[in-house]
Amino acid sequence: MSTAIEVKNVSMRFNLAKEKQESLKEYFMALIKGRLQFDEFYALKDVDLTVEKGDFYGLVGLNGSGKSTLLKVIAGVYKPTTGSCTVTGTIAPLIELGAGFDMDLTARENIYLNGTVLGFTPKYLDEKFDEIVDFSELREFLDVPLKNYSSGMVARIAFAIATCTKPDILIADEILSVGDFLFQQKCEERMRKLLEGGTTVILVSHSIEQVERMCNKVAWINKGEKIMDGPAAEVCAAYRKAQKE
Amino acid sequence: MNAKLHKLKLYLQDFWRYRYLIYHLISRDFKLKYRRSVLGVVWSVLNPLLMSLVMYLVFSSVFAGMRGTGIENFAVFLLIGQLLFTLFREATTNAMASVLQSAPLLRKVYIPKYIFPLEKVCFSLVNCVFSLAALVILMIFTGTPFYWTALLAFYPLLTLFVFSLGAGLFLAMATVFFRDVMHMWEVFCTALMYFSAIFYDPDQMSGFVQKLIRFNPLYWYITAFRRTVLDGEVLTWSMVWVCGGCALVSLFVGLWAFRRHQDKFVLHL
Repeated sequence: MSTAIEVKNVSMRFNLAKEKQESLKEYFMALIKGRLQFDEFYALKDVDLTVEKGDFYGLVGLNGSGKSTLLKVIAGVYKPTTGSCTVTGTIAPLIELGAGFDMDLTARENIYLNGTVLGFTPKYLDEKFDEIVDFSELREFLDVPLKNYSSGMVARIAFAIATCTKPDILIADEILSVGDFLFQQKCEERMRKLLEGGTTVILVSHSIEQVERMCNKVAWINKGEKIMDGPAAEVCAAYRKAQKE
Repeated sequence: MNAKLHKLKLYLQDFWRYRYLIYHLISRDFKLKYRRSVLGVVWSVLNPLLMSLVMYLVFSSVFAGMRGTGIENFAVFLLIGQLLFTLFREATTNAMASVLQSAPLLRKVYIPKYIFPLEKVCFSLVNCVFSLAALVILMIFTGTPFYWTALLAFYPLLTLFVFSLGAGLFLAMATVFFRDVMHMWEVFCTALMYFSAIFYDPDQMSGFVQKLIRFNPLYWYITAFRRTVLDGEVLTWSMVWVCGGCALVSLFVGLWAFRRHQDKFVLHL
């Protein structure tokens, strides 16, 4: 099996917001006073991760442990401070649903806008349009501005667009927590189908049951460091045990 | 060398892949700009006409002495200056804020970041092209003759587009790190307006002002445009060089500054 994602010694450093200089005056004042140091904060510390092609990879950890940061590094949103991240293939990112949506536009317009953000051609979107609409079950609301949608409805559309193609890698950050259980089942089914077609899926979820049920491999991250990774059952058991203590 | 060429090719391929995104963003901006307005896109034509009318009235009555006496067709003269300056101001101002505005997107998906300033500058150009209808209407209305040289006006227009793009990229980069730039640019643009020969002809002014104004690239774009449309003459070589040269220098500096810092953007949004 070949490697889909290789994360090597990745560290991600942030300068904490309270010291962020956003106006020239503040900047020079700080410079003059010799206080232009930042409070550094490492969201990721020396993380190694290898995801094989065809894996259904889960990431678990508490809030603020660095899961989302890691996903963003993989998706190319962040450039790691040190280390490297090599990705083979196309990525469909589902990091916070509806990132590319404009709430003032209608669902129909947003499907095209978001589709092109993900790099699809309009012709391809024309072909897939009905499939996307059917999957989201929102045909009657197609020409309503998105701001009048509920968050669950937005999530449906976003998921339908991102998975209308067969990406090499699907990154899913907490997406399943929004929809109702029927839609969640539908999403799981769609992800399984993609997986059978050779797509690699990375899933972040707070529901350890879901991760255990769906993933074959899991990594556990805590405070920016990888605690352990390996087969799902093993890591999940260790994670559960740690939670109880 | 070969590796560099290959890198450039990849870069252009990436760019080509996102052409539809630019198209959709422009159409979004258009829809949102004219949404719920009865006249819609007609405002693109009406707005410069009305603005010029106001300025025309002001400079024909209150400040009549300021514009000198040598300008024959003041209405068209004014509108050309107004149109080109608006293109520059709109393009740079919108491009400047574009990266910040797209923060929600940039934080979640990987997209080449230069798309956003580029889109805003393109949008301003499209708007400007619509506004050219106002120019045609005014020329018919005032009985201004049409010359074939007017076709050459595409040169100052396109070079101004490139010039604005370079400036917009630079400003967008600077704004991410220092929000002050937005406020400074607003003031700067207003000052620049008075030094761009929009409502006066610098040739009729004293030597000092005339010399100073030649350092303003916008003066060259506006004057070159007027020469082809209003005077019916071809561009002079110095116009060709200055317009093209300023555009290239601006684009180069803008791209260089933008590329150098773009990886840090997301940490400052």
